[in-house]
Amino acid sequence: MNLRLAWLRWSGRRPAVRAWALMSPGAAWLLLFFLLPLLFMFGSSLMPARLYGGVDLGFTVEHYKQFFEPVYLWILWRTVLYSLACTALCLLMGFPVAYVITRAGSWKNLLVFLVVLPFWTSFIVRTFAIMFLMRDTGVINTVLLATGLIDEPLALMPSGLAVMVGLVSGFLPFMVLPIYSSLEKLDPSLLEAAEVLGARPVARFTKIILPLSMPGIVAGSLLVFIPALGSYVTADLLGGGKSDMMGNLVQRQFTTAGNWPFGSASSFVMMAMVLCAVFVYLQQRDRAQAMGA
Amino acid sequence: MTAVYLFLHLPLLVLVVFSFNDSKFVTWEGFTLRWYSRLWDRQDIVDSLWVSLQVGLASTAISALLGTLLALGLARHRFRGRTAVESLLYVPVATPEIVVGISLLLLFGSLRMQLGVDTPSIVAIVIAHVAFNISFVTIVVRARLEGMDRNLEEAAMTLGADEVTAFWKITVPQLWPGILSGALLAFTMSFDDYVITSLLTGPGTSTLPIVIYTMARKNIEPSVNAISTIILVGTAVLIWISDRLSRDKPLTSH
Repeated sequence: MNLRLAWLRWSGRRPAVRAWALMSPGAAWLLLFFLLPLLFMFGSSLMPARLYGGVDLGFTVEHYKQFFEPVYLWILWRTVLYSLACTALCLLMGFPVAYVITRAGSWKNLLVFLVVLPFWTSFIVRTFAIMFLMRDTGVINTVLLATGLIDEPLALMPSGLAVMVGLVSGFLPFMVLPIYSSLEKLDPSLLEAAEVLGARPVARFTKIILPLSMPGIVAGSLLVFIPALGSYVTADLLGGGKSDMMGNLVQRQFTTAGNWPFGSASSFVMMAMVLCAVFVYLQQRDRAQAMGA
Repeated sequence: MTAVYLFLHLPLLVLVVFSFNDSKFVTWEGFTLRWYSRLWDRQDIVDSLWVSLQVGLASTAISALLGTLLALGLARHRFRGRTAVESLLYVPVATPEIVVGISLLLLFGSLRMQLGVDTPSIVAIVIAHVAFNISFVTIVVRARLEGMDRNLEEAAMTLGADEVTAFWKITVPQLWPGILSGALLAFTMSFDDYVITSLLTGPGTSTLPIVIYTMARKNIEPSVNAISTIILVGTAVLIWISDRLSRDKPLTSH
């Protein structure tokens, strides 16, 4: 008891000490098991590869050079392209949904719940559900064959199309929710005022709704783009090795290909892209806030 | 609008429906529960469920504790190095899972090869899940802390409670829903994780997502549908419970 009082009295005068006492276990965990491994990985991306996995001591930048071979650049390009396309599609599909939800009245809660639900649902299960529909013996092909519309199964999967379907359905909720919450804050009297003053629907949309929902659009785009960039499961299950993305390249280096340093270097290229996205986000966020103000 | 909702939910609905189909193929042959009863015969599925629960509970407990402490330190105190801690918190949120998994694989692999330190894979998995989850718990709890009324604590202390009593009687009950939703988020992410776990797993530590993944790739029979349905129902129950719990606030400011 006296010890407790003494500690309270001592630390009460030193807020920083108390803050660090509270934070140190969590911060230490993050340093040791998050930051340190990342640094370690960066180090190993600059070291020579050992045959069948592992690293040798030494210094080399050959793994970053290797990345500029067409095979790997192609995967990088595909990753960026898929992620951008996924973000655009999510925006096109998500914005109208978010907009409708804000005006749904008593249905609002249910509609929001239905968007949140997939977020809590296992990603593997959701991806499998798409496989179940799209594979050769899947529901779509079975139905089409039964109705006689086609004679042999459509090659829906594995394909880039299937990967896109998987990415969009996987990350769509991340787009809807931020846009919804910024649309929710929009004051309806602004729209009424615009209408009274003679603004047409298109003008009301581009001059009021769009600028004011910009923070949500920007945040949603980041929340979709980043996991899409880093995705692995989707392309693995739905792309069948034909539509590999960066995640699959990295994974392969540590398993079958057994080139750890090259895998590390590829991971860092991926991290660099994520950081670029965050950087663009921070810039756009400030602009969006300026626009909304 | 409806199309988007169908796009999100129809695949899952179809998946559930066909888990009750009395055929290996996707033509409806009548209702059956045999794919469910078959699950119990598969020792690997039962074992993996057990591993998943262990990993999920252990990593949730640790990350909820550490994350809450971090949130308290960050929200309640001004100090030097705050920005550094904050950036440290946001790195895991933006880092792709595959990178997290690979970097830890490298760390544990080198510990074994260079120093002869062997980390059991279940420990490695828990460590990884905690590292990934702390930030999410902290963000959720901190949001709750910032919306809280500090006057209550001060009132309690004015009325003679010491700081520790005020903390346990006033702060913790108010904070509880935040900790709970943070913990729920952590548990779902841990229970659901395939990418990180698959890189760190070893013999005997396959989690449920790993078994489902392997089954989904081979996809021979509707048992995958059955186990997926069970997970879906489990998730729904969990969300419902958490919704209930966060509504029952033991102490409100009114």
